[in-house]
Amino acid sequence: MENQNRVKEAAEKYGAENVVVLIGGAEAEAAGLAAETVTAGDPTFAGPLAGVQLGLRVYHVVEPEFKNEVDPDVYDEQIGMMEMVLDVDEIIEEVKDIRDEYCKFND
Amino acid sequence: MTYSVVKGSGYVLVNTPDMILHNGTTQTTEKTINPNSDYLKELPKHIRSFEEVVNYPPNQTYIGNLTPEELKEYKKPWYDKKFEGADKVGKFGEIMHQNEFIGLMKIVDTFDLVKLEKNFTEDVKEKLSAHHFMKEDLISRLKSGDEIESIKKSVEEQGAEGLYNNGELVGCVKRAHDIDINLSAHILFENLVVKASGVLAALNLIEKNNINPEDIEYIIECSEEACGDMNQRGGGNFAKSIGEMAGFVNATGSDTRGFCAAPTHAMIEAAALVEAGIFKNVVVVAGGSTAKLGMNGKDHIKKGLPILEDVVGGFALLIGENDGVNPVLRTDLVGRHTVGTGSSPQAVIGSLVTEPLDKGNLKITDIDRYSVEMQNPDITKPAGAGDVPKSNYKMIGALGVMRKELERTQLNDFIEKHGMEGWAPTQGHIPSGVPYVGFAREDILNGKIKNTMIVGKGSLFLGRMTNLFDGVSIVIEKNPGKIDEEKGVSEEEIRSFVAEAMRDFASHLLKE
Repeated sequence: MENQNRVKEAAEKYGAENVVVLIGGAEAEAAGLAAETVTAGDPTFAGPLAGVQLGLRVYHVVEPEFKNEVDPDVYDEQIGMMEMVLDVDEIIEEVKDIRDEYCKFND
Repeated sequence: MTYSVVKGSGYVLVNTPDMILHNGTTQTTEKTINPNSDYLKELPKHIRSFEEVVNYPPNQTYIGNLTPEELKEYKKPWYDKKFEGADKVGKFGEIMHQNEFIGLMKIVDTFDLVKLEKNFTEDVKEKLSAHHFMKEDLISRLKSGDEIESIKKSVEEQGAEGLYNNGELVGCVKRAHDIDINLSAHILFENLVVKASGVLAALNLIEKNNINPEDIEYIIECSEEACGDMNQRGGGNFAKSIGEMAGFVNATGSDTRGFCAAPTHAMIEAAALVEAGIFKNVVVVAGGSTAKLGMNGKDHIKKGLPILEDVVGGFALLIGENDGVNPVLRTDLVGRHTVGTGSSPQAVIGSLVTEPLDKGNLKITDIDRYSVEMQNPDITKPAGAGDVPKSNYKMIGALGVMRKELERTQLNDFIEKHGMEGWAPTQGHIPSGVPYVGFAREDILNGKIKNTMIVGKGSLFLGRMTNLFDGVSIVIEKNPGKIDEEKGVSEEEIRSFVAEAMRDFASHLLKE
């Protein structure tokens, strides 16, 4: 709930086009839910983003769009192990689907 | 100086169906913001019976009737499975019925805050008299009960928290102060639940391990509640209050807090106190939480499952002087997540798992069994939190791959061989590392495994004081059987014996 508030405030302060949300959920379902919340609005209708379609750019940290932007050593140190543990393909598919459908910014 | 040992354990569950609706925060929050919600209407249809709770394979594992290996044989999900031969009394403890537990809350209440209705009191007295070890001096504390009218009045007009059984008001917990929120009925209710379930765990520890309660010298309580009034909200001392009811007349104690990691912190502290010779026998104990009942209830109901978070947990461990038999606590192989460790998963797992192993020149595969956050996946998976123990084992294995101690293709084998399925209820500190200690003691004594690592982790951000993560770990291993090295002959002494003999021999030669 508090995170929703922080995302909402950041989008209002800096403009939705200037905000990128990075998520780190360990499960595809949870990652998809977080991605949906910051694009199409809170699907559970419980938090401040209920009915608010921010359409923000959102990426999971295991997605190549993020990974390629980061120093490989730092990435390996911080995320390398989790990359081995997580179902990366499933997460990417889930988050990408949400982004393709609801993100307002086409890069 | 020799290591301390794990002398025994007690594990209890309390089935509290009415407290799910009245005291679980998911439900009480819903009642506040959406009192007519479909969830609240649907919930009563998803409550399991006491028999179903007893028969549930993970619960039978928690109290020791089903081993972790036997639990693995059950195909998941488990909520529709039943352990034939299930019993509410287990090798390590018991599963208690709500009515007996409400009675126990009255028994452990020393300030006359719990009021129970007369007929209910009689009924509970009878039930507790038939309990397999509850003694008369405790049962007599139930007294004769109160009229239902006065209980109703306390709930409706004086801010008391109702105690319900089968949907019926049978008693209440009164507030202890008119304006002090720390002594409100709500807080006292939660504190009496944690105390009563902690007492039940301590009593089972004594009963199951043939321990003389007078031998206990110190108690460390490690749950997640706080007791005190408005001038000292977390003043304590649950530990001593539990010791009073369990008959630990020669003990004092204190409370250790650290979210879910607290039980492992407490075990390390207990081991240090015994190893240093300060106390001979230290009990680590914790009761459970009503706030977490039905925590993931919305997801469970959405998926057509029963409410699986329907038990309050408790455990007690006895850490004692080295007896040359019981498994030792390797205080030189302790892992800790420090302030400077960082929060990336590999930094966390590295600090808790590989750092202590490095101290002992051990590889990840040298530990036979890892006990991590042993949350029951039946509860967490439908709620989108995945299989928590399995994720932990994957991370430990992945770190092993990064350290080149196993091949990536061996990851699944590693999980299979060094991991376990989770069986503990999602009660915060209750599933964290400690659920396996009882089995570990047996498995090591029986030679099934030679060692285990107990890992406790905690999410400190919930208290809003720090964003840091936390965790500690300790290795428990087979007792080599040497009790007191100091009484033996040291290397130096042998050297001086040899030197003396040589001198004698030399002088003898010279004489000749």
